[in-house]
Amino acid sequence: MLAFILRRLLQSIAVLLTVGVVAFSLFRYVGDPINAMVGQDTSMEERETLREKLGLNDPAPLQFLNFIVNAAQGKFGLSYRTSEPVGRLILERVPATLELSFCAAVFALFVGVPMGVYTGLYPRHWSSRLFQAVSLIGISLPTFLIGILLILVFAVWLRLLPSFGRGETVQIGWWTTNFLTWSGLKALILPSITLGLFQLTLLMRLVRSEMLEVMRTEYIKFARARGLTNRAINFGHALKNTLVPVITVTGLQLGALIAFAIVTETVFAWPGVGQLFIQSVQFSDIPVMAAYLLLIGLLFVLINLTVDLLYFVVDPRLRSQGGSARVAGH
Amino acid sequence: MNFNFRHSLALTAVVCAGLSVATAADAKTFKWANSGDVSSMDPYARQETFLLTFNSNIYEPLIRRDRNLKLEQALATKWGQTNPTTWFFDIRPGVKFHDGTPFTADDVVFSLNRANGPGSNMGSNFVSVKEIKKVGDQRVEVTTKYPDPLLADKWAAIGMMSKAWAEKNNALNSADMTKNEENFATRNAMGTGPFMLKERRAGEKTILVNNPNWWDKPTHNLTEVIFTPVANPATRVAALKAGDIDMTYEVPPADTESLKKDANVKVLEGPETRVVFLGFDQERPELLESNVKGKNPFKDKKVREAIHRSIDVNAIKRTVMRGQSFPTTLMVAPGINGYTKDLDKRPALLKPEEAKKMLADAGYPNGFEVGMDCPNDRYVNDEKICQAVVAMLAKIGVKVNLRAQTRNLYFAKILRKSDLKPGETSFYMLGWSPAQTYDVHNVFEALIQTPNPATKKGQFNAGGYSNPALDKLADAMEQETDKAKRDAMIKDATKLYVDDFAYIPLHQQAVVWAARKNIDLVQLADNSFPLRFVQVK
Amino acid sequence: MTALSALSGWLHRAADSDVWWSFKSSPMTVSAATVTFLIVAIAFLSPVLAPHTPFDPATLSLTDGLKPPVLVSADGDWAFPLGTDDQGRDILSSIMYGTRLSLLVGFASVVVAMTLGIALGLLSGYLGGAVDALIMRIADVQLTFPAILVALLIDGVVRGIISVQRHDEIAIFVIVGAIGLSFWVQYARTVRGSVMVEKNKEYVQAARVIGLSPLLIMVRHVLPNVTGPVLVIATINLGLAIITEATLSFLGVGLPSTEPSLGTLIRLGNEVLQSGDWWITVFPGITLAALVLAVNLLGDWLRDALNPKLR
Repeated sequence: MLAFILRRLLQSIAVLLTVGVVAFSLFRYVGDPINAMVGQDTSMEERETLREKLGLNDPAPLQFLNFIVNAAQGKFGLSYRTSEPVGRLILERVPATLELSFCAAVFALFVGVPMGVYTGLYPRHWSSRLFQAVSLIGISLPTFLIGILLILVFAVWLRLLPSFGRGETVQIGWWTTNFLTWSGLKALILPSITLGLFQLTLLMRLVRSEMLEVMRTEYIKFARARGLTNRAINFGHALKNTLVPVITVTGLQLGALIAFAIVTETVFAWPGVGQLFIQSVQFSDIPVMAAYLLLIGLLFVLINLTVDLLYFVVDPRLRSQGGSARVAGH
Repeated sequence: MNFNFRHSLALTAVVCAGLSVATAADAKTFKWANSGDVSSMDPYARQETFLLTFNSNIYEPLIRRDRNLKLEQALATKWGQTNPTTWFFDIRPGVKFHDGTPFTADDVVFSLNRANGPGSNMGSNFVSVKEIKKVGDQRVEVTTKYPDPLLADKWAAIGMMSKAWAEKNNALNSADMTKNEENFATRNAMGTGPFMLKERRAGEKTILVNNPNWWDKPTHNLTEVIFTPVANPATRVAALKAGDIDMTYEVPPADTESLKKDANVKVLEGPETRVVFLGFDQERPELLESNVKGKNPFKDKKVREAIHRSIDVNAIKRTVMRGQSFPTTLMVAPGINGYTKDLDKRPALLKPEEAKKMLADAGYPNGFEVGMDCPNDRYVNDEKICQAVVAMLAKIGVKVNLRAQTRNLYFAKILRKSDLKPGETSFYMLGWSPAQTYDVHNVFEALIQTPNPATKKGQFNAGGYSNPALDKLADAMEQETDKAKRDAMIKDATKLYVDDFAYIPLHQQAVVWAARKNIDLVQLADNSFPLRFVQVK
Repeated sequence: MTALSALSGWLHRAADSDVWWSFKSSPMTVSAATVTFLIVAIAFLSPVLAPHTPFDPATLSLTDGLKPPVLVSADGDWAFPLGTDDQGRDILSSIMYGTRLSLLVGFASVVVAMTLGIALGLLSGYLGGAVDALIMRIADVQLTFPAILVALLIDGVVRGIISVQRHDEIAIFVIVGAIGLSFWVQYARTVRGSVMVEKNKEYVQAARVIGLSPLLIMVRHVLPNVTGPVLVIATINLGLAIITEATLSFLGVGLPSTEPSLGTLIRLGNEVLQSGDWWITVFPGITLAALVLAVNLLGDWLRDALNPKLR
């Protein structure tokens, strides 16, 4: 187990370095940050001096070396756009994105899994078919359109929920949270639904098909023969067996949630890292973009590690098989 | 985070003092939004309208602009020239910074030097300046290298900072990108203005509160102002309709009509001083992106005329701009000193056959192909305007290959290089407003005079239009102090570029703001939005 | 060729089987198939069927701009049954051409993903060992990077490498590449699993003895086995790819707006949704939703029909 974790850690570092190269080489070339940093009246000479001072005229490998050395110390320099330290800019935005992604994941899990179980248990019931059809809407319309439609209905017409932003937040140390105020909680609803809808559909369909398969296995037939109640069979035996793929998908989809948060955050003016990233892309704010990519890389690596460890907890069979279990498992 | 906390403690004391005067029932919160954030709290961080106007709520200039953009007293009570190269500014007595320290001539000298110092983006306002010095407690004197009649106009954009505060917090210069250190003034502010900075979260929200000890009689009734950037235009409009914000700056033209129909919303619109225009490469012997080899069709005035007169600016106004534009034939807008109304007459639109014939006469019977550059996030509906131009020119046989891209990439491509070598474009779109001086000379100097690395003229003349007669007139008007003579020069020079079809001016875009019905505010022609004119009913 | 013959063989068998029967007995599936077929056919025939050619600027006129659909307003014009946008583009024709483009992106990226996935899956399963471990590890990493991020990355890299001028021309390849690249893993895993099962069967060993390339044998025998599951993944991915392209367009990495895809049309319309010109976004939106919904329903049915455990 220790060897497995060590191997995974090494792989993670390799992944992060790769992301670093990508991040750097990508943003070495996107746009000209000088134009974003100065007004239109700034003379050409001033522009050239600034370029020289920023090291944008250095050879690329030298720039990369500087970048990695600084990144390893958490130093990403100042944002070209706001001249604030990139590390803090990102850190300030992380809570917003994590809370949103968390709520979206909870929404997807707590609505998607029961719906999946239900449609799996009663596949021919009309309500199952209705659930399935409705859930498909989640993957048939682009996120941004769903978001703006929700705003129009719930904020502009019904006036029930705020149209944008986080509402009131409470600061605990460096973390700002939505969970402690009424307006913060209300502000979470629409973005979480928008972001979670796709994952909800995915989970529901996954659980449904897993349930359909599990319900036909000898194992369940045997349980039924033993005279166990339907309830015990459905939830104690069948659902438990669908857990491994659910964990895998949820873990992987957490990454997707954080990436798709870029879209949701843009639509709802949600002050998270995704919004920061897309603003930075527009301004060619290289330090912020590079730091964001590395952060996402780090997050994904951590999520993967956690998922791997969860397997050991959930499925005892895998404990003896070692690291490749996950790949074989799904 | 530490300093932030300390700072807000210090401010809280001031704020509480202020709030105790106004009772809770009087609390007027004003929430507003814009597509982007203010990039810094440092008033010299960037020379752009939005930053300058936002920070002017906290940092006031010596001389400010009133509702009609005319100069009026602010922190200076009197100013003028004692001789052609010496300016004086008399400082208003009794003014205090938000932290209670008095505002003095030392602060003025410090601020002006800081604005002209490293890290500042305001340097272009100090090109003529030789020395800035304090003469007595209430007077600052400035000597210039040559007569600069527009100094006071330029400096109306420069806010005054506290020297003691900057020294204490190590913010003597604006943030220096080359040093990996944060600058205190990027996130914090200490001015004399009608509003004080309470909370700053870059990209998220910025909260200002009323300054109860402001020297001037407030024309606003706000106790708190919450500003939020909302990037997606549809969300911004929805938020205003839902009442989540009280005002939005820069409304997309398409939404103007529907907002006007909303009973709770009012729309303010007026022309902006910026003129959006198209330019040609008239410099290279052969265009970079064209199927015409060995010659440059845009060097031919006939070709420029045919194109100029085939673009229907009124049709663009009707559909693309949804009525939110003011077509113009000149490179300056009404309201700018030097706008010549009787020359602002667009030549009649050509029928496609007439234009084709004109092109045939110039040696292009089958038209030609040319690449066009366009930004897609700089001016109102920029890309859509370019698309419409492509369709209009397709009808006269000129096939335009449009490339629209984000402004950073765009400007890097089309603008002239630091040695004033031409940028890489054949046909492009640009917008220009002489926002610092409100005088036409800035337009001649930057856009129309022949590019010259020695004199720095024509830096933004991306297409390299050149007319020696015009150059001479523009140079002469810079130093001319006799208004009648100068006006005559301006008129002659304007006629030259209009007759040459040097550029294709399209329109002034409209400044469209929208607010809830219970908000009273003043819309200024330069699109600046000082909060001191806002009333919540 | 092998893939084609495998496919036709599979189709023959399918026609006799109860798959066909299951298709016929599900009205929802039949209507989904009809809708898909209609949309695909109309889209690909758009140069013939469409009343206008919205991608040709010479045919556009601003005087035709912002006309409402004929059925809801007297201001409508029968020349533009579903109205026009602010450039004077006919919405109906734009939808037809846009759908064609979206389908092209969808199909092309599925083909890229499928080719890449099958090749890597075969390699991984057949060679095993270090190669297998490496490919599967790359797959792990790939799975954690969603299509949107991959596309933003690739687009950024491409913008850096090629001159900005040509970017619009190759935008479609960038998007196809990006979406294709982020979808290959599922195919690879399916094929790899199947290869691992077949690899140790006796006929493969026998082929090796008589000197036939075992890899060729694998291709011949494994591919027909995985056609079903691969087809299911491909159908679902097709819908996903079309939606992803639309989302990328919203983030500013989509196809140029002079030649709008369905997604770009929706994005452009989204900006004017509240202005009252609802037709610019509603009609393309309905088309997109109908297409993706139909394709997904087909995918669902296919998966259930081909799953022997569920029969």
